[in-house]
Amino acid sequence: MAYPDTYRYTKEHEWIDLSGSIGTVGITDYAQSTLGDIVFVDLPKVGDPVTANETFGSVESVKAVSDLFSPVSGTVTEVNEALTNAPDLVNEDAHTAWMIKVSLSDPAQYESLWTAAQYQAFIAEEV
Amino acid sequence: MTATPRTTLGKVRAHQTQNEGLIFEKSSPGKRAYKLPPLDVPDVDPAALLGGAYRPEPGQLPEVSEIEVIRHFTRLSTWNYAIDLGMYPLGSCTMKYNPRVNEFVSRIEGLAEAHPYRPESLAQGSLEIVELLQRCLIEITGMDAITLQPAAGAHGEFTGILLVRAYHQSRGNPRKKVLIPDSAHGTNPATAAICGYEVQNIKSNPEGGIDVAELERIVDEDTAALMLTNPSTIGVFESEIHRIADILHAKGALLYMDGANMNALVGKTRPGDFGVDVMHLNLHKTFSTPHGGGGPGSGPVACKAILEPFLPTPVLVRKPAPATTTPTTTTPGAPGPSHLGTGETTQLGWSFDRPQTVGRVRAFYGNYGMFIRALAYILANGPDGLRQTTEDAVLNANYIRAGLQDLYELPYKTASMHEVVFSDKRQAARGIKTGDIAKRLIDYGFHPYTVSFPMIVSGALMIEPTESESLEELDLFIAAMRSIAAEVESNPDLVKSAPHSTRVSRLDEVTAARKPILRWKPTA
Repeated sequence: MAYPDTYRYTKEHEWIDLSGSIGTVGITDYAQSTLGDIVFVDLPKVGDPVTANETFGSVESVKAVSDLFSPVSGTVTEVNEALTNAPDLVNEDAHTAWMIKVSLSDPAQYESLWTAAQYQAFIAEEV
Repeated sequence: MTATPRTTLGKVRAHQTQNEGLIFEKSSPGKRAYKLPPLDVPDVDPAALLGGAYRPEPGQLPEVSEIEVIRHFTRLSTWNYAIDLGMYPLGSCTMKYNPRVNEFVSRIEGLAEAHPYRPESLAQGSLEIVELLQRCLIEITGMDAITLQPAAGAHGEFTGILLVRAYHQSRGNPRKKVLIPDSAHGTNPATAAICGYEVQNIKSNPEGGIDVAELERIVDEDTAALMLTNPSTIGVFESEIHRIADILHAKGALLYMDGANMNALVGKTRPGDFGVDVMHLNLHKTFSTPHGGGGPGSGPVACKAILEPFLPTPVLVRKPAPATTTPTTTTPGAPGPSHLGTGETTQLGWSFDRPQTVGRVRAFYGNYGMFIRALAYILANGPDGLRQTTEDAVLNANYIRAGLQDLYELPYKTASMHEVVFSDKRQAARGIKTGDIAKRLIDYGFHPYTVSFPMIVSGALMIEPTESESLEELDLFIAAMRSIAAEVESNPDLVKSAPHSTRVSRLDEVTAARKPILRWKPTA
């Protein structure tokens, strides 16, 4: 699956799509394929603070429970409620099945994240 | 009779394939397995006696005959797999044989029927078993004190880290973080978090051990402890263990050892001698008590003297025998914290007088039946037998390693202890993952190895044969694994769709997790 050039990526396999000061966050296709069938997504509440490189939730697959790491710091403005009843949306299309939207407190953090090319080079090494 | 050639696949075993419904589905109104005599006492009105607690409708229990009950559970038992049927190489779990002598001893009437509320003066024999087991385990681990209360390994970890916390607290600061290697059992970070600590991960070095330079960098005055499994989950002995202990101790931090892999150490080296401050043991792994199927487990926690004041209460002590009690027991050469010296009349008993204790962690004094079995195992083997057991466990794992390393990828070349970890790298190139190989292994009559753990190995196959297996059984296992590796090349679909010999094959784990059916309901 293609890794959108307009997104930025983390080494913990999250993506973020920035629009103004709001970043939309999800996990990468590589992450979902490594996790396998996702059965539960545990997300924060609207208004919760998140911190760059710290956990904001978890994703449970038939294999394991994995932490979700926020690419940026800020406040949660929206949560994808659809994932509560249909966590498999993440397996179907990880790059559109977003998890949270964050109002960035430090936009400079976004600039330091990997581009699609850098992330793809990283996972090519992991495989 | 001629010996079976080592390459023969003699292990293929047909499973029972009878269809057997739930016992609720067998129910038929009025069927029963008992016949009561007519009522010969005055009838009572339960509603009047019990008031609001009276339940007018009886609970919906299955109504079946005696033979139906017997057949139902006997059939279910034939679908099971157990160490008594064959090798159970579930890495990290030490699924060793449970000697029958353990069961014999634990069923001796005076032990099996002992009541936990008996007066101490009448329970001296039972308490001596506790005392002797404690002394044996202290000797084996090289520690100073022990509690047998925790019910299993994770409970032992929890108790151990509570001791760590109480120790630091008593010195004015409980500290903030616990360090855990990325190869650890998942229970380690869970334990630290439950005890109120922040977890900091340490990456393993290329040999599968702790990166000592990295450890030196991150240990500080906020570090409460390092939780280390030794040998690690990839079956490698931590050769830098002394330096690791020194680095921690220099900053006032403690070294916790997860004793899950103690089967590689007993009689050869002692954690207390290589710098460990507190550790748990798993009697259901290392000391041959039943593991799985409800066990129950037992996870004693041994510690150095600095942690002894914090041990859970009650603790076993020697105290003066009450004057009214005769006869009394004296055990020569059995020193305890309150030993009064020779010539005095003492008895064993429980003490709650520990002002700094973390408190009780288990009802009564833990899973006592397991203490009897573990002690029987220790005494039946003796020091030399236990040492031989360790050597055989390590030899068996290395025999499997040598027999398979040309076909399965060995991610860490460091010498193996009691278990060996391969990766599915070569098979994954053909689309076959570790889980597929494990399921195919069922068709060959073996319990699967541990799948996809430790996490630092992609597609891990974690194999622990234990000392219980003979050369013949190891050869059958190696032959099965080699045969599967050949099938991956010649007929990958056969492996991908395994198991083929079981009553049910691949279960729908995804639907089970997403839409679990947690109880049976009658169809309308």
